Order: sequence, then C-alpha cells, then structure tokens
Amino acid sequence: MTDLAAINPTLLVFALIVASTPILLAALGELVVERSGVLNLGVEGMMIVGAICGFAAAYESQSPLLGFAAAALGGAALSLIFAFLTQFLLSNQVATGLALTLFGLGLAAMLGQNYSGEAVPATPRLNLGPISDIPFVGRVVFGHDWVVYFSLLMAALVWAFFKYTRPGLILRAVGENHDAAHALGYPVVAIRVAAIAFGGAMAGLGGAYISLVRVPTWTEGMTAGAGWIALAIVVFGAWRSGRVVLGAYLFGGVTILQLNLQAAGVAMSPELLSASPYLITIAVLVVISADRSRAALNAPAALGRTFHASS
Amino acid sequence: MKLKSMIAGAMIAAVAGFSAYADGHEPTKVAFVYVGPKDDGGWSQQHHAMATEMAEHFGDAVEFSYLDAVPEAESERVFTQLALAGNDIIFGTSFGYMDPMLAAAARFPDVKFEHATGYKTSDNMSNYGARFYEGRAIMGHIAGRMTETNKIGYIASFPVPEVLRGMSSAYVHAKKANPDVEMTVVWLNTWFDPPKEADATQAMIDQGIDVVLAHTDSIAPLQTIQASGQRVFGFGQAADMIQFAPAPRLSSIIDNWAPYYIARVQAVKDGTWESAATWHGIEEEMVGIGAFSEALPEDVRAEAQALMESIVSGEYHPFTGPLNKQDGSAWLADGEVANVGDLLGMGFVVEGLDVEIPN
Repeated sequence: MTDLAAINPTLLVFALIVASTPILLAALGELVVERSGVLNLGVEGMMIVGAICGFAAAYESQSPLLGFAAAALGGAALSLIFAFLTQFLLSNQVATGLALTLFGLGLAAMLGQNYSGEAVPATPRLNLGPISDIPFVGRVVFGHDWVVYFSLLMAALVWAFFKYTRPGLILRAVGENHDAAHALGYPVVAIRVAAIAFGGAMAGLGGAYISLVRVPTWTEGMTAGAGWIALAIVVFGAWRSGRVVLGAYLFGGVTILQLNLQAAGVAMSPELLSASPYLITIAVLVVISADRSRAALNAPAALGRTFHASS
Repeated sequence: MKLKSMIAGAMIAAVAGFSAYADGHEPTKVAFVYVGPKDDGGWSQQHHAMATEMAEHFGDAVEFSYLDAVPEAESERVFTQLALAGNDIIFGTSFGYMDPMLAAAARFPDVKFEHATGYKTSDNMSNYGARFYEGRAIMGHIAGRMTETNKIGYIASFPVPEVLRGMSSAYVHAKKANPDVEMTVVWLNTWFDPPKEADATQAMIDQGIDVVLAHTDSIAPLQTIQASGQRVFGFGQAADMIQFAPAPRLSSIIDNWAPYYIARVQAVKDGTWESAATWHGIEEEMVGIGAFSEALPEDVRAEAQALMESIVSGEYHPFTGPLNKQDGSAWLADGEVANVGDLLGMGFVVEGLDVEIPN
C-alpha cells in the first residue's frame, strides 16, 4: 500500500526544519567552544537544563520569549560550572563534560518535578499575510517561528565571526596554540570561558526549542540524545559553520523522511530506515570532508588540552 | 516430579535463609527498575505511581527504592547491584529486562524477581503482564468509527509480542468497525523519545491519518495532536492522560499495577511467594479503560461500552477466529479462540495488516 503521494513536500520540509533546529543551535555553540580549544561533552546536559528552564519560565510568565531567554541563561550558567572546573581547577575536559551531562539530567529532573504534563503558550509563527499564503515557499520559507530564523542567522554570524573579525581570529588562535596566544598577550582563559558560556547558551536554546516548540511539554530526559548528535555533527562537519548547518539539516531531514516513508508504507526494512539518519549524515559529511586532505587539520590543535599560564 | 522437589528444596532453603533475620520487625526491601524516567507521563510514571501506592500501603513495613531510566543493556548489572544491596524482591518493568533478570535471578536464588510483560519465569522469577490487547480492541473499534479519512496510525516501539498483539488487536477491531480502514505502522525503535514520538505523530497527521494509537511511553503523541489544531484523535496510553480530554484523548488504556504489587510484596512478607505467571485483563482490573470522551458520538460510546462488557464477561475474546497470520497461513479457525501460549509468544501480526516487522 505504498502511497508516496501521501507525503506532502511542503509539510515534509517544514517538519524537517523544526526537527533540525535544536541540533543546529547546540552544534553551533559547541563549534565555537571547540574552536577555542575546549571539548565540552556536556551538551546533552546543558540542553536538558535549557529545556526545563525554558519550559518553567514560559509556564510561569506565559511568555515563550522569556522562556527562551531563561533557557539561554540556564544553559550558560551550567556551562560556567564546567568552565570553572576545567579552566581554573584544570580538570580533565572529557571527564568533566561527561559529568556535566549526568549532572544536567539529574538537575533538570529535579527542577521539572512540578511541570510534568503542564502546557505552555505556543511560540507564534511568522505571519506575513499574503506572502505566507504562497504555496510551498510561504510555509517553508516564511512560515516559521523566530527561533528557526535566529538559528540560521547565528550560523551566518558564526561563519562571519571566524572569517572576517579580529576577535574570531583571536579565538581561533587560542584554539590552535594557547601558549602562543598567551605569549602574545591574549587572555586565553577569559576567551575560553566566554566561548564555553556561549556554547551553554546555545545548547540551552536548543533544549528549549524541544520543550517549547517541537514537543511543547516537559518530560524528564526529553532531549533523548540530541546533544550527542550535535557533538558528532561538529566533528563530522569539520568545525565549519556551513557544514554544521548541512549536517544538522541532513540529520533532521532524514529522520523526518524515514518516518514519512514508514507512514507511507514503503516496503523497506524498518531497522535500516531507523539507522538511516545516522548513516547518511556521517557518510555525507565524511565524503565532503575527505576530498580535502587537510580536513583533519581543521581540528583545533589545542582541542581538549589543558592550559596553564605557567606551563 | 524431580523438578517439583527441586523447587520445594529451593523454597525450603530460601525460607531457612530468611528466618535468620526475618523476625517480623525488619522492613521488607523492595526495589523497582524502570526503563524510562519516572516522570515520563506514561508507562514508567504509572509503574512508579503504583509502586509508590504499594509503599504507602505498607508504610514502615517496606523499604522502597527505585532506579529509573535504566537501559535494557545495563539492566543485569543493576539487578545484580540491587540484589547485593539486600533487596528481598526486585521488580523490572520493561520487556527487554527479561533475559538480564533471568541471569541475575539464577545467581541470587534467595531474592525474588518480578518481570513485567515478558514470558519467561524461573524458580525465583515471576512474570506478570496485563492483557492490554483487550484495551487495544476497544481503542481500535473507536478508531475505526471515528476516522473520516479511513487512515489510522499505530506508533510502534519494538517488535515484541506485546506490541504485535496490540497492533493486531487494534487492527482487527478497527476493521470490524469500518471495513474501509487502513492502518499504518511506524516503528521508532525506542520506548521513550518524546521528540521522535512527536515527529512520528506529525508525519502521520501530515499524511492524512486522523486517529493515532501510540505504543510508546510519553505524552508527546497527544501533545502533538493537540498542537496541530486539526481533527485528529488519540488515546491515553499506560496512564489516563485525562489532561487531553475530551479531545484529542477519546479514551485510554490504564495500567493498574498497584493491587498486584501489594499482593506480591505481602506474599514475600508472609513467606508464601511463589514463582508464577500472571496475566490479568480488564476483568481483574489490571487493565483499566479510561472514561469515554464526550467527543464520541452516543452510539460509538455505547458500542465501546458493549464491547468492553462482552470482553469482561468472557463472552467475547478479541482474538476469535477466523483469523489468519499476515503471511496468509491459518491461525484461528472460525470461532476458535487464541490460546495463551500463542499470544504470549506472538511473533506475527494478523492478515491484512500491512506492516514490515523488523527482525
């Protein structure tokens, strides 16, 4: 009973953008963090804390906008714990990041005890009157909520920041060789703390997009691994903003497409369909990055290394 | 005979072991292990609520603890730890815990194990489950009657007997209520992933499906239906999910485990616990049917009520022949009723249901 005609391309593309946005936001944040030479594996924890802070604030204030603001603050606040431990106490970044995820999941569960099953006001979608009524384009290009446009704007800003601005260059220098950057007089630790906080805020926004838009509800553990996907996309996207957008949209897109194919009754193995978002995203990003032998050189040279001014 | 005497021997040994410290004042230590977070709004939350009810029933006489969001692959280690921590009885509430629990049970013959929704037992491991397919029959009937597009959807987790029974029962009764109905199944390979459950629901709505039956653990499907603002319906699953009534939630299948939990823990206290396989339905009140919504037309409500009563009275069994398996081979002859063994280990779906079953 395969019925591909039942798949409406407009709705499909619309849904895939919604599914991709949380991953994109979190991955962009982590991209900046890793470019500064810090590996924060706590993305999942910061996302879930953002999800509950955003949900709670939107519920109490009845304002989705305040919810997103609270989510960014919550994610950033959690990331500052990581920053303190790794930048001042010089703890191991991998272990601290993993611990941050575990801590974030537990903290979010505790904060969210009274919010299960509650509802929040919907985040409004852009309405441009007649333009929004144009078939396909009206819905897919002009019919989203502001967070979708914000995430794409941030992707462009991150790209421009690294390509054209002096602070972007300094941040990259810190990530490539912190000793040299330090010798030149750049405040390595302060720059990294700022990058970590930015990453936390972006992860928080990504989490809030799940709890305020994609599912609109609060349940424990609701980010369900999105943070890990974001981390993987940064690496497979070779620390480049454009490829991170591609990776996030590819992952979200294939996820939605495989669900739609299943719903349309396509006779394909469901295991293969379920695995397809992971397989296709990794395959495409690896192939793109493979044709340049310097792909591996894209990894910030000081990634994950501890910096101390005396060393 | 030999097996029986072995069981008896094991039990005597167990009782002897207990008597060393079971002086009537020691609280019984009871542990629960859930596959999802205890606040998932559905399956695990319901188990936790029922376990809490059990703990309140016994008060100080029971020391209750739980672990939630325990992946199936890690569960054997968790069961082992709980047994080492001195728990007298350990409940595990996911199908995938079956073999890990069986392995742990073999190593701790003095500890009682209780596994939900499986089909294996051992001397010190019981299995308990509910005949949810009775509830699925009623939801399927309502779905068949309420769809306008003649397209209904089933969000499936894993291809385990519980899920295959559920979708078969829903399909059979939707088809009986509405011969034109088609049912689409989407596999998620997870019990709990709210964004994915929401995406699957949205994909179904986008393709014109207007009644969604969910066999996953969260409230995301109902939430997505409600947010869509379209004429689409769903059902409460595991918990009543009454916050979505009168629409989109039309009714619900409620898991009522508390009486069983109280009885089993009492049996441990009394020293009368025996390994058993329990499979209760609407009649024994392990499966509750949530109030039929006002959004249902009068006649649909009456039909659903009548179907429920005929199942409770035993006059009607949801799997009554003639029914074939999906591959067209005969399963039940005209008037024949499925036997419990077939249902517990069900590895197929009924004929007519167009679904690819993952291996």
